[in-house]
Amino acid sequence: MADIIFRTQGVTKIYDTGGVKVYALDGVDLELYKSELTVLLGPSGSGKSTLLNILGGLDHATGGRVWFDQTELTNMSDRELTRYRRDHVGFVFQFYNLVPSLTARENVQLVTDVAPDPMPADEALGLVGLGKRMDHFPSEMSGGEQQRVAIARAIAKRPQILLCDEPTGALDSATGVQVLEVLRDINDRFGTTTVVITHNAEIQRMAHRVIFFQDGKISETRVNETRLAPSEIVW
Amino acid sequence: MHALDIKLLRDFKRLWIQALAIAMVLACGVAILLTSVGMYKALSETRIAYYERNRFADVFAHATRAPLSLLAEIANIDGVMNVEARITGGATLDIPGRVRTAVGQILSYPEDADPVLNLPFLVTGRFPNALSTTEVTVNAPFARANGFELGDSFSANLRGQKRDLTIVGTALSPEFVYTIGPGALMPDNTAFGIIWMPERAAAAAFDMTGAFNDVSIALAAGTTTAPVIDAVDTLLEPFGGLGAYDRTTQQSDAFLDAEINQLKGMAAILPPIFFVISGFLVSMVMSRIITLERSEIGLLKAIGYSNIEICLHYLMLAALIAVVGVLVGWAAGTALARTTAWQYAQFFDFPFVIFRVSYWVYAASGLAALLTTSLGAMQAALRAARLAPAIAMQPPAPPRFKRSFVDDVMTHLRLAQSTVMILRSLLRWPLRSFLTSLGLALAVASVIAATFINDALDEIVDLAFYQTNRQDAMLLFADEIPEAALEDVRHLPGVLQAESQQFHAAILRHGHLAKRVAVEAHRPGNDLSRVLDAKGKPLEVPPGGIVLSERLAEYLEVQPGQSIDVEFLSGRRETFSVNVTALVELHFGLGAYVDFAYLNALFRQAPRVSTVNITLDTAQTDALHAAIKNTPRITGIIEMNENRRSFQDTIEKNILVMNAIYIVVAVLITIGVAYNAARIQLSERARELASLRILGYGRGEISYILVGEMMLIALVAQPFGWLIGAGIARMMTNAFTSDLYAIPLVLKPPRFTFASLVVLSAALASVMIVRRRLDRLDLVAVMKTRE
Repeated sequence: MADIIFRTQGVTKIYDTGGVKVYALDGVDLELYKSELTVLLGPSGSGKSTLLNILGGLDHATGGRVWFDQTELTNMSDRELTRYRRDHVGFVFQFYNLVPSLTARENVQLVTDVAPDPMPADEALGLVGLGKRMDHFPSEMSGGEQQRVAIARAIAKRPQILLCDEPTGALDSATGVQVLEVLRDINDRFGTTTVVITHNAEIQRMAHRVIFFQDGKISETRVNETRLAPSEIVW
Repeated sequence: MHALDIKLLRDFKRLWIQALAIAMVLACGVAILLTSVGMYKALSETRIAYYERNRFADVFAHATRAPLSLLAEIANIDGVMNVEARITGGATLDIPGRVRTAVGQILSYPEDADPVLNLPFLVTGRFPNALSTTEVTVNAPFARANGFELGDSFSANLRGQKRDLTIVGTALSPEFVYTIGPGALMPDNTAFGIIWMPERAAAAAFDMTGAFNDVSIALAAGTTTAPVIDAVDTLLEPFGGLGAYDRTTQQSDAFLDAEINQLKGMAAILPPIFFVISGFLVSMVMSRIITLERSEIGLLKAIGYSNIEICLHYLMLAALIAVVGVLVGWAAGTALARTTAWQYAQFFDFPFVIFRVSYWVYAASGLAALLTTSLGAMQAALRAARLAPAIAMQPPAPPRFKRSFVDDVMTHLRLAQSTVMILRSLLRWPLRSFLTSLGLALAVASVIAATFINDALDEIVDLAFYQTNRQDAMLLFADEIPEAALEDVRHLPGVLQAESQQFHAAILRHGHLAKRVAVEAHRPGNDLSRVLDAKGKPLEVPPGGIVLSERLAEYLEVQPGQSIDVEFLSGRRETFSVNVTALVELHFGLGAYVDFAYLNALFRQAPRVSTVNITLDTAQTDALHAAIKNTPRITGIIEMNENRRSFQDTIEKNILVMNAIYIVVAVLITIGVAYNAARIQLSERARELASLRILGYGRGEISYILVGEMMLIALVAQPFGWLIGAGIARMMTNAFTSDLYAIPLVLKPPRFTFASLVVLSAALASVMIVRRRLDRLDLVAVMKTRE
């Protein structure tokens, strides 16, 4: 079995909205493994995104502990979390979150400017099949292309982990498959540990490991013996 | 270039109109700071340099006739470094080709050596030959104004002796940087000239051989003037000394000083207002940008940008605005300062102007601009830095609206929903509405502060020329003459009415406070030169009392009913304790009035006259001037119409420029505030307005929401603007008031209306420009865009 890259122990996240306590995460124990592609599956509000934010160093847990490799993230300061994100984590979001005033290449450069050992922006865009669209602005690209720019931006720093929050959520089926193929390709080629959040049950078929969420808890963990290629997935 | 820097530049490019609108307001502050500080420095440094190079004296005194042997005693006074005696006197001048007489002040030019003090600066030609009786050097502005060339002649009436004088040179003097003739309100170089005449010729003309009537004294560094003045007064007293005075009372220097202080006041009052407004605008715009770029900030944080990098990124945007504002401000300020310097050079007679706006003024104005925009952006930038990344990625919660009693009122009034939207938005962001309103109020105030001067000057002119000084002309005499001579004056051609007037130099004392003034002896029932009370009714000065101008009373800290000591410097030089009976409002000088008969009784003399006020048959003006040119005892004539015209001309030119500048400034502020506020409103409401369009609202109806809100804010701003404008006007009248003049606070409704119209139109124009974007609203796209 591969090495553990993420480990959480009784992680809770409570949102206090005007005296009402909402348990976004309610004691999550989890292990994720190096180079695996894991899919987190569950309905809206089940806690997937909250967990992803905590793993990615975007948010603090209310209780419990989180480890990345040998490093404990739980009590890191904002500054240390920034460092952690900068050095190790790549993010892909549902709404791409590209900076509209920057071209595809410049959006990727946002990352290569600050990462310690990045690949050239052109190379990253080449990897996602956008070598010829590098000087286009987000407004001049389709949704699928924009999401591929976002992926190029995430992988350009050669991250150890790639965290994707509903990467196909805003895309139609055919475009979504293209994006998934890029993610699968990166995972295969570089062995980047990839976590994909989705509420599209079909996507679980391409994962090494599938974790089911329900009401802020893990309800089931399943390991796929055979994985499908993204092109075989339809929804 | 880093991708983040590229984003910065692109953001700036996208926001350029908004950025420019702010930058222009900032530029106003920078330009005014540069101009006022630059001019202040230029004037004060030029003054220092000129005074030093040309050895401007520290103490001045006049006497009737003092022996030259007295000079050694004056030189022996502690602290006196240099003494120079001169002969001075007035003369009426008959200038070829000029119908009206001019007035000249004769100054003796030493025989064997150059002057020790008050060195004239030779502009053209040379100084007169010591032995010549006809050669003179005149002040350059006088020569220029009358079109004199070297070698030209004019005729002068020197105490009854008519003499032709030939100009051999033109000069300037540190004593006459601001050259104003006797009784005049403004410099008029055609009508008043300074004439340097060889000592010997001057002595002969004024019967001063072996004597002097004017002395200038230079003091050693660090010497206090008061004891020297006392000592000089004691020495000159037996010789008709008129009281020594220092530079603060020297007319030219006092005017210069008043101007320098005004510039200093301007530098302190105005620029901060502009900096504060631009700070607020930056804060408003940045705050909106951060709201719009919420998810981008979240993304940058997710990628690994630190809080400081993000904070700096947004501060840099504000800094870019500052840079544009500062550059425009520097350019405009340099040009404006140069123009003003040129205007000053025309107004004040300096042989040179040291004009350099020092680097530190540029640096300080730049720094101040950078600091205010940074401060304005700081709150927003910190908010960006503090935004938790996980929260930043989510769309913001809709703004919270709560029901309040205002809503009940609105329901009760059955207002249209669009009006309710306007009112609710104003109440939802009360601070922002208030600050926007305040910005527009300051624009209104700026117009009022500039234009109220028009009314103030109208009142000054009305009071000075139509209410108090109603004579057509004043005839000045070399010495006091018996009042009986009034009859002779009445027989001069064209004279319809003649009234006598008498002036005496005196020091008024109240406790430790003292002021040197000219006391006017006023004959009851005089109709031409009148003393008016607060209601504009002629005021009679009771025998045994003295009437003071309000500013003089304020200076002496004296109220009607209290008494002051009046130390006359002429006649028998006696001191009397006199009761202050009333105060009058006066815009020029520090007036003090006593009863004519009472004064002559105090002096134990038959009534005498030093000035005669006359009204004229204008058809005979030329004949009168011809007669005066041949009347030896008359040393000058002041025509009030000429006086008024030159006053109005000078002032109007300056006021017109100033009004124009301030109206431009007000429009720039309005555009800066209104355009930005409307853009922000549009950006916040785009979805809302697009939704309304989809629901079937017309363009006009949704425009009403945008334009209505802005104009409502602008309307609310008006009364505040009036109040602030009145406050600034009051501050300006206080700052501009000196011994020489006072500007009354006159606030008339038309100026308020005008200010409001300027600002409301500029606001409407700005919001209409933004409104055009509503026509291009892409309904589908707006509905799709995730906020």
